[in-house]
Amino acid sequence: MDRIKKEGEIRIPSGCAISGIISKKGNRFSGQTAIDSIRLMHDRSNGLGGGFAGYGIYPEYKDYYAFHIFYMDTIAKNECMSFLEEHFDLINLSKIPTRKIPSITDEPMIWRYFLSPLPTKLAESQLTEEEYVVRCTINVNAHIKGAFIVSSGKNMGVFKAQGYPEDVGEFYKLEEYSGYSWTAHGRYPTNTPGWWGGAHPFSLLNYSVVHNGEISSYDANRRYIEMFGYKCNLQTDTEVITYMIDFLNRKKNIDLKTVAHILAAPFWSTIERMDETKKLEYKYLRNNYESFLVTGPFSIIVSYQNGLMALNDRLKLRSLVVGEKDDMVYMASEEEAIRVIAPELDSIYYPKGGEPYIVELETEVQ
Amino acid sequence: MQKITVNHMSFKQLNNIIRDDKEDTFDLDDVHGQRYIAAGMKNKQIKIKGIPGNALGACLDEGSKITVLNNCQDATGDTMNEGEIIVYGNCGDTAGYSMRGGKILIKGSAGYRAGIHMKAYKDEKPVLVIGDRAGSFLGEYLAGGIIIVLGLNQNGKCPVGNFCGTGMHGGKIFLRSDELPKDLPKQVVTRKANEEDIESIKDIINQFCCEFTFDKNIIFNANFYVLEPNTTLPYKQHYTAI
Repeated sequence: MDRIKKEGEIRIPSGCAISGIISKKGNRFSGQTAIDSIRLMHDRSNGLGGGFAGYGIYPEYKDYYAFHIFYMDTIAKNECMSFLEEHFDLINLSKIPTRKIPSITDEPMIWRYFLSPLPTKLAESQLTEEEYVVRCTINVNAHIKGAFIVSSGKNMGVFKAQGYPEDVGEFYKLEEYSGYSWTAHGRYPTNTPGWWGGAHPFSLLNYSVVHNGEISSYDANRRYIEMFGYKCNLQTDTEVITYMIDFLNRKKNIDLKTVAHILAAPFWSTIERMDETKKLEYKYLRNNYESFLVTGPFSIIVSYQNGLMALNDRLKLRSLVVGEKDDMVYMASEEEAIRVIAPELDSIYYPKGGEPYIVELETEVQ
Repeated sequence: MQKITVNHMSFKQLNNIIRDDKEDTFDLDDVHGQRYIAAGMKNKQIKIKGIPGNALGACLDEGSKITVLNNCQDATGDTMNEGEIIVYGNCGDTAGYSMRGGKILIKGSAGYRAGIHMKAYKDEKPVLVIGDRAGSFLGEYLAGGIIIVLGLNQNGKCPVGNFCGTGMHGGKIFLRSDELPKDLPKQVVTRKANEEDIESIKDIINQFCCEFTFDKNIIFNANFYVLEPNTTLPYKQHYTAI
């Protein structure tokens, strides 16, 4: 059998579906809710990728980094295991439970580890703990062939596969997990073929991103972010957004609203009409972070430990709707994907192009 | 009248039922985002409860009328030919996308790119009426037909977002407003509506008022601006400088 070509090796000229749900009070709810929402938008994807990110799903291990890893073969697994043992204390390891269903096939080995950095190694590296974890993640993904760290944050995890998203949810038994926020993605790959690692969400540390669209500025963004030690291994545009957000928000400590105004900066003509203070601010952001400007159509939902952010490209070339009901906030490509899980909403909002919609937890999750 | 509880039926099955049934009046209950409802259909009267999916009434044809009691999603009336779509809620993006005939009346607001590339030909003059507000890029690449934004909850403030009329080269946009958009492109000229202009939209506003029970005197007792392409420099710049 011919080897399946990976991302970037072929081009398929050809929408996607995204959904995000959060309880502002931090109440945990089943992954089934996310499955029900994304299932409604079945026709937006084509079976070449689906995935979920759940936050608050591992409260019993919340102080440890949860690594979800795909292994294509045992050589990759052995090599990755020895790397992990060299750099981390392994608190717990297990296969991620899955159920066999006819629509999901060719799965890699899928493992989960709860880890903490080895104190001696960490001290030796002179890095912060988070930076240490990020570098280890990038190292595995770039240098261990056949091993792919899908997510590496605390009290969160990414579950993704090649298939329709509702099948992917069933495959991973997501109805058995509960979290305070969930995002979901149904993929319709543009430009590149679908494979397990290329499905969304893309995640690094506590960030994960689901994306509908196509980033015209991908290569410019990639070349820039790679100067800071990130490696774009998958030639999939969404990956670069995750790294840019990690760099700007975590490393540069720029708040997410401002990050959104960097990624989806207003047009110069729009900036010219702003009042003087705002004009100065936006000019500064556009000039100083020029290479972080993301062009082309996109709607994304960014998840992080404290919340969700929905963002459209500045021209709003993809759809995005936000609904609120009590302490629950729903974001999706289509209104009915919200109504199907929350028929009665207190409010519905259509974010403008480049206008971030940020929802944060009201209380710290215990 | 045929009543159908749609639930999670596929759009294909739903459209087949509507198309093949001899009945021409349908009540669709419990609609869950099915796309392309009534696409290309003639002489069907359809009332929708629930949220219809994208491209509702795409290529809709003569004698058809779709009434939606809730919100609509994207591309309502995509390339619609004739007939009417009446929406009691809001519409998502690109309502009236490439419309070439017929009417869309929206009680609430419309998202981005309402009326993008509408066009007219001989007697075919599409009309899109938005009760409250429209997002950015209203009438983008407008080639023909009429777009009316009433700003009913805007208290005279400009009822459209940025980049209104970008690439507009035909048709007319009416804005019921005391102010004009501040970023109109150079190829769009504006003026206050004169009697003739108002006369030309009287019938459609009357219908809007009947449909959604508004007082037409309140609607007409306000300033209307007319936006048209500047025919003296038609090809100087078709799109915006960005």
